[in-house]
Amino acid sequence: MARLKIDNYAIKEAPRLGFKGWLRWMWRQVTSMRIALILLLMLGVAAIPGSFLPQWPRERADTARFVANNGALGELLDRLGFLDVYGSAWFTAIAALLFVSLVGCIVPRTIAHAKALRAPIAPVPSSLTRYAPLAEGEAPGPLDHSVGQLTAHLRPHPQWWGAITGYRVRTDERGDGVAFAADKGHIREIGNLLFHAALVGLLFAAAAGVLLTFRGQAVVVEGRSFTNAVVAYDTFSAGRLFREEELSPFTLTLDKFESQFSDAGRPETFAAHVTVTEPGVGTRQEVVRVNDPLGIGGANIYLQGNGYAADLTFTDAAGNVAFSGPVIFLPQDGYYTSTGVVKVPDVTSGDQVGLRATLFPTAIGEGTEWISIHPQPANPVIVFTAYTGDLGLDAGVPQNVYRLDESQLSPVRDDDGAPAVMVIAPGETVELPGGAGSLAWNDTLRFAAFDLRSDPSLPWMLGFSIAALTGLTLSLFGPRRRLWLVLTAQGATTVVPSTDGPGIHVQGAVLAPAHDAGARAELERAVAAAVGREEHA
Amino acid sequence: MTAQAISVVALWGATILYAVAMVAYSVRLAREADARVQARRLVAVGAGDASAAASPSVGQPADGDASRADKPLVVRLPRSATRALGIARAATLVGLVLNGIGVVARGIEAGHVPWSNMYEYTITGSFVAVLILVLLGRSRDTTFLGAGVTGLATIALGIGLTVLYAEADTLMPALQSIWLIIHVSIATICAGIFGVAFIVTGLQLFKDYRDSEPKPVRVRWVQPIHDRGFRVFKGRGMRFLEAVPKPDVLEALAFRLIAVGFVLWTFTVMAGAIWAEHSWGRYWGWDPKEIWSFVIWVIYAAYLHARTTQGWAGRKSAYLALVGFVALILNFTVVNFVFQGLHTYAG
Repeated sequence: MARLKIDNYAIKEAPRLGFKGWLRWMWRQVTSMRIALILLLMLGVAAIPGSFLPQWPRERADTARFVANNGALGELLDRLGFLDVYGSAWFTAIAALLFVSLVGCIVPRTIAHAKALRAPIAPVPSSLTRYAPLAEGEAPGPLDHSVGQLTAHLRPHPQWWGAITGYRVRTDERGDGVAFAADKGHIREIGNLLFHAALVGLLFAAAAGVLLTFRGQAVVVEGRSFTNAVVAYDTFSAGRLFREEELSPFTLTLDKFESQFSDAGRPETFAAHVTVTEPGVGTRQEVVRVNDPLGIGGANIYLQGNGYAADLTFTDAAGNVAFSGPVIFLPQDGYYTSTGVVKVPDVTSGDQVGLRATLFPTAIGEGTEWISIHPQPANPVIVFTAYTGDLGLDAGVPQNVYRLDESQLSPVRDDDGAPAVMVIAPGETVELPGGAGSLAWNDTLRFAAFDLRSDPSLPWMLGFSIAALTGLTLSLFGPRRRLWLVLTAQGATTVVPSTDGPGIHVQGAVLAPAHDAGARAELERAVAAAVGREEHA
Repeated sequence: MTAQAISVVALWGATILYAVAMVAYSVRLAREADARVQARRLVAVGAGDASAAASPSVGQPADGDASRADKPLVVRLPRSATRALGIARAATLVGLVLNGIGVVARGIEAGHVPWSNMYEYTITGSFVAVLILVLLGRSRDTTFLGAGVTGLATIALGIGLTVLYAEADTLMPALQSIWLIIHVSIATICAGIFGVAFIVTGLQLFKDYRDSEPKPVRVRWVQPIHDRGFRVFKGRGMRFLEAVPKPDVLEALAFRLIAVGFVLWTFTVMAGAIWAEHSWGRYWGWDPKEIWSFVIWVIYAAYLHARTTQGWAGRKSAYLALVGFVALILNFTVVNFVFQGLHTYAG
């Protein structure tokens, strides 16, 4: 049996990398800046399809329609993950490789930088003239005093952490004087490492958030209450590590929903006035607004939608009340033309009844043609058609409460034999043709759609975001400077008259990137400190 | 006069003045370029130094030709060039003031910060771009940038006033938040900064091509059938580039701008996430606007890395900076007009 060879070079005698060698080669590739750059660009390109193709997690109904309408293409795109880009294998693979590359880059760099922070800095070059223009000064001395002042100026905190904000300094004896080297710029690399580490932190916090979060939607009509339990939600989804007992058992009552619209029908204010009762804590009144969620027991309650609910009563053919209560009408446009469904399964005898209704808050029109011209209920009208037959509720299949399954229903027809379209206003009672029953509109209420969400990772996300921003700022704007000062005792030959002992000649130079406009002034300040002038302090 | 009328009149005034400034800056650039070519010719025939002392001159070393750059080139600017620069600067400043008045008056008219729809972003973004030009001009020579930035601002304001104009309206509940002021203002400032950086980078690339030897671009996978390569750039055209600094100077300026822009863009995305968490109950939902903000962030992040990567520094990284701004413009236009998302009220 031929042995499987990893290496297959053209030159027989060339040394083989071997399995370990290839692993090492791959690691080198993945952690190289070139590959990281390509991965970064790939991530950017890979993210784009999600902006123009419908995505399953974002818009389920649109995506289903897209797949249905596009036949084989839709099917193919779906299979390839283009309809769930951010959960697709390829997007995840790019992101994962990028983070592997990132970790493979920052870990060695952190170790190297920790060593560099403790390693002695380079000594002053033998000649400073190459780094002109030089700064010069004359200090009265003594030498120790000048060196001390200079050190205190450039390294205010001698402890190890002083190196982060101040300069790292080194002094060497040089002839009769002292060569003084100061180095700054670690803040740049520290910021760089902090930024990249914070990105890894953000990734882990987001992943933890996915596991620990829960979110649920609940629609509450004015005057009604909602109890925080999984069964009470209209929809509920939670991460794998979420446990049901984590839901705090509060009750929320919607006292009043307040809305204001401009004359043109543009929304101006939405406010849900609620009463919250927490066992053992008490009762309090709160207002939930669109940009102002309400925090209860680690969760937030967001106001996500609103609309009208009509309090309707349906009396069946036998004269018994078969249905009574608020019916939610979901708004379909900016003028709150809203649709709702009434299902009446419990009729005294005969067929079940279903109503498909449209509510117009400020209605104009007649017969079957109606439109709403303003979202406020100035002239509310409900236009509905009635169906009799089997609602399909007994089949055991979960049904959408906002949709009528017409497969086993037939419309109630008027005298002409056409499906009857009936119009009702608040306070009215309308008889269905053929004695199928009657509908009464008792009251018009508002409902609020709340989103409840708890994500314990949020403080971590915020913390890592702030760390990332701080690190990024430091890494891009942290100054990188090297100062060199040579202090030479002039001895008796000094030309500067001095009162106490021999004078000292100070010569300084700075090495910094060309765009660093503040470097020169920093050098001047250092020379001033060595000389003993306090003008810049 | 109502605030609305003041705003529109001031903005039209600003548009016209920016256009005037653009023309004047262009004239200045052309005259300076001519003067430089002339000066170099004089140096070449050895007559340059004799007449230099008496005239007003700009004592910068000539760019471009490395062999002669050691010697400071004495450029004699015609008076029309000086006058053109005066006109350009005055028109820019007055235009900026009018633009500012237009923005403030719009804010007063609407009763909220003037960045809640595309028209308002456009007028505010133009203001920021020209303001950056003026601020940069305080510490360095930005004559070469003037035409590009004022031209961009003219186009933006013109499109804003004619195509994007929308009557001022009250803020809908979704926008009633402190984050509107923070998130959108920083995003608009970013657009201004990246816009100026785009102009600088474009000039850098043109200048770079012009300075380098005109050599045909060889496309590897076309070589078997067409081996001679393509001449995409005629080396000595676009004489105005004579008056533009060297590519590495432009690169350094573009980097400074993009570094500031990138930090602010990072903040914009984070602030947007916080606002989304407050308003929609999730900090990130891959909404089209969020996707494109992410893409822009990734492109500029790639630019910052490419600058320091061997084989990418220089032209390749400059292309990334251009692509970044194109993505920013797409995010502002196509994403608002075409895609459906939670940010649709921004249109």
